[in-house]
Amino acid sequence: MIENLLFELEMAAPQVILGLVNGAFYALLSLGLAIIFGMLNVINFAHGAQFMMGAFVAWMLLAWAGIPYWGALVLAPLIVGVFGVVIERTMIARLYKLDHLYGLLLTFGLALIIEGVFRNGFGSSGLPYAPPAAFNALNIDIPIMFLPGYRVWVVIASVLVCLATWLVIEKTKIGAYLRAATERPELVQAFGINVPRMMTLTYGAGVALAAFAGVLAAPIYSVNPAMGANFIITVFAVVVIGGMGSIMGSVVTGFGLGLIEGLARVVYPEASATVVFVIMAIVLLTRPAGLFGRG
Amino acid sequence: MADTAISVAAPDAVHEEAGLFGFTRAQALAFGVLVAFVLVSPFFLYPVFLMKVLCFALFACAFNLLIGYVGLLSFGHAAFFGMGGYIAGHTAKVWGLTPEIAIIGGGAVGAVLGLGIGWLAIRRSGIYFAMITLAMAQMVYFFCLQAPFTGGEDGIQQIPRGRLFGLIPLDTDFTLYWLVAAIFLGGFLLVHRVVHSPFGQVMKAVRENEPRATSLGYRTDDYKLLAFVLSAGLAGVAGGTKAMVFGIATLTDVHWNMSGEVVLMTLVGGLGTVFGPVVGAAVIVTMQNYLAEFGAWVTVIQGVIFVACVLAFRRGVVGEIGNLLKVRL
Amino acid sequence: MTINRRTLLAGAAALPALGGLPFRSARAQAANTIRIGVMNDQSGTYRDLSGPGSTQAVELAVKESGITQRGVTVEVVQADHQNKPDVGSTVVRQWIDRDGVDVIVDVPTSSVALATNTLVREKNKVFLNSGAATSDLTGAQCSPNTVHWTYDTWMLAQSTGGAMVRAGGKSWFFITADYAFGHALERDTGNFVKAQGGEVLGAVRTPFPGTTDFSSYLQQAQRSRAQVIGLANAGGDTINSIKQAAEFRITRGGRVKLAGLLVFITDVNSLGLEVAQGLVLSETFYWDLNDKTRAFTQRLGAMPGNIKPSMVQAGCYASVLHYLKAVGDMGVAAAKASGVDAVTRMKAMPTNDDAFGEGTIRADGRKIHPCYLFEVKSPAESKGAWDYYKLLGTTPGAQAFRPLTEGSCALVRS
Repeated sequence: MIENLLFELEMAAPQVILGLVNGAFYALLSLGLAIIFGMLNVINFAHGAQFMMGAFVAWMLLAWAGIPYWGALVLAPLIVGVFGVVIERTMIARLYKLDHLYGLLLTFGLALIIEGVFRNGFGSSGLPYAPPAAFNALNIDIPIMFLPGYRVWVVIASVLVCLATWLVIEKTKIGAYLRAATERPELVQAFGINVPRMMTLTYGAGVALAAFAGVLAAPIYSVNPAMGANFIITVFAVVVIGGMGSIMGSVVTGFGLGLIEGLARVVYPEASATVVFVIMAIVLLTRPAGLFGRG
Repeated sequence: MADTAISVAAPDAVHEEAGLFGFTRAQALAFGVLVAFVLVSPFFLYPVFLMKVLCFALFACAFNLLIGYVGLLSFGHAAFFGMGGYIAGHTAKVWGLTPEIAIIGGGAVGAVLGLGIGWLAIRRSGIYFAMITLAMAQMVYFFCLQAPFTGGEDGIQQIPRGRLFGLIPLDTDFTLYWLVAAIFLGGFLLVHRVVHSPFGQVMKAVRENEPRATSLGYRTDDYKLLAFVLSAGLAGVAGGTKAMVFGIATLTDVHWNMSGEVVLMTLVGGLGTVFGPVVGAAVIVTMQNYLAEFGAWVTVIQGVIFVACVLAFRRGVVGEIGNLLKVRL
Repeated sequence: MTINRRTLLAGAAALPALGGLPFRSARAQAANTIRIGVMNDQSGTYRDLSGPGSTQAVELAVKESGITQRGVTVEVVQADHQNKPDVGSTVVRQWIDRDGVDVIVDVPTSSVALATNTLVREKNKVFLNSGAATSDLTGAQCSPNTVHWTYDTWMLAQSTGGAMVRAGGKSWFFITADYAFGHALERDTGNFVKAQGGEVLGAVRTPFPGTTDFSSYLQQAQRSRAQVIGLANAGGDTINSIKQAAEFRITRGGRVKLAGLLVFITDVNSLGLEVAQGLVLSETFYWDLNDKTRAFTQRLGAMPGNIKPSMVQAGCYASVLHYLKAVGDMGVAAAKASGVDAVTRMKAMPTNDDAFGEGTIRADGRKIHPCYLFEVKSPAESKGAWDYYKLLGTTPGAQAFRPLTEGSCALVRS
């Protein structure tokens, strides 16, 4: 009996860690979605496509310009973020006075365009992107499992970035303006703060977060045009579960659901893809506003 | 919430004269043109292509009922469309029942599915509603992939067209066309009738100002749910009909891409217009037909149309025409 | 629908030669024209292994058949079925009903192939399948209008499952994509493993589609202490599982081997040897197998995306070559009039081409040729670009495919 339990525990331990890796991506992506939604009231359907762009830009930087992983980790979010800024200025900004659903439709169209262009350019078999050998120092090689150092790094990087984002928004002056502008844009504008520019930069930052997640994902999954589409619907469910009220909420929900998914892989693998949606249904029944939602 | 509600292609004229089925004079005229086109076109155009257009037109009309008149954007309508196809295919192929029963069965299961998903989704509105329907439809997709009766990746193939009422054989495309045309026109008139009934008026009230409708004593959630079920049922009928036409029911029709496509069709034609979904479906299906050779570029072109419609062309084709002629179409 | 650009250009160049009566000439030619429709994946996962490369292979077959010198016009058109059976059946319907296509070639993705199979039989045309895996095409759903050329699931399971056990891989664990295709691959391969005296220790079903992280399943496989991890999945799933197996060092020390049940050389290319080394797989064609295959690859010239031909593309070449031989034999009019007659003639003639060597087509439509078990080389063993495989074993044609009597094909009994 006890031996059995120990064996189960031994089985579960690696899965918990692996679940955290997936949770790291959920957290980064839903964080970006939440920031954009909070400021712009737009659900960014192109988030998955921008995640994919991050991975592709990293690949291009390496293959075409010889810039290694570390460079890509900084440059790719910047490049894709600038792309986001252009999108916001030229398109999304025109929709703020309309129903929010138009923002959803616009970004859905953008997602189709981005994915289609990359599929035409690079095919859909996927491109290899090797993680730097330096991460082998982080390898966890214990009897019950081997955990590649790169995965450890993904969890660390994700936690750090999420924490930094939270600090910026909750503890700095810029963050204070941002929160104020989310609540009462006219008032903040009246204080002489350029709210439209703030919205632009917020969108750029949210997109950059997606691209950062994309660079992190590039060595793990093959870099292919569909990689974002696979993620985004699950991330939407994560967002519905957490509610988009708080930054911390989306991060915690992201990691939590990654964990639950990881455990489901051992207990009942067939259901591991749907477990997030089932949780979403339960949350909707009991707390329609989401776990961290504000009404 | 937003100050400008989605849809509403032309200003609501409250005191319109309503004729048969609630059509205004301009609408009756347009409807006449539509019926004439449906009657004449099979003599000139490829009937299979026309049937495809009509199935998608009905699907888009069902979707438009929600977005156009209740203001709810469902991003999961493929679930009902695809499931309708599977049920119709299974009924006709495995149980050997007649095509009309198969199609009605598809509609009924679509409606039941709509009841379940709608019951969950109407707890939230706006963007959340869209995301919830998308996620729930994704679950339906997983179910269809796993359930033995759907045939997984292969889908249900070789669905027999059978005999209408057990009497009229539907083997030739030309005969089947008239059945599809009748289903389409029936569904189209049903949607229009519902919108112009007292029920439809409450739906519009919910769209314009839900708290106000609630305070007037309407149980708005019941109205929303009923509209959702009706829309899902009609989508199921459309899916069932498509399965009978092509003899095949597959995962394509349950995939979220299909949900996106029906949004696109309605958007191109004009959200909340009577004839928009029909025109939009015709435009998109024709485009897919002629651009099929460009492979992945079709996705890009669809995306460009999406963006163009949202940015510059929110009234859609029919909405623009209506605006030009100063009538509601 | 989509006349290939090259064909169109050729047609335009031929126009002035026809003088002042292009229309009458065109109509007179129609009776003497064979239209070949290459339908496959031009935009998705299977683009590299079929796609435009298949069309190029078909065009080479047309050229080498010599049939055009005898006054027969051959037009090659291509279309994308996007791996969706409904898209595929719409294309085939239009090709046959409106565009006068006589032969449908390639069609990877089993679901689309089965839909095409039904339609082509209904319209009495010819279906030369190279890309699809399902052995139902020559089994329960066999058709007198269809030839299944390159490979099928039975063959893959038999070769990889059986030969691996003979090579010492006695105990297996499967990572199975949780849908009908994955289940069938797992079941068939498991049966061959057991038949050879091996054992199946377990299996894990991974949600399909949408599984991107295979690491936890790989670890479950590793903990089973099986010698072989069988990947009963395809496309992106296989690629991800192989990549992550390398990342998690599942195969380190060489005690555990990965066996891909549906892996193509284009997959190995996109994975790179560093990741794919040691992987065991079965194919019926490898460009560097012998002098003839190398000569064929040479004649094919540069392929789109700088790839070497896959077995699917080679199968498109060989099947069209053989079909055009049969057409030359029986006459264009007779071949166009009845697809059944054309296929019957193909079955009556022995096949011979540079890609697959000598072979035959069985009564159920199954093309018979040897099957090869390969292991992917390590980067150190590879001597150059696309030097990917070393041969582990060969199954002769007679044993490579499911016995005629076991397929429950109606054509065999009659």
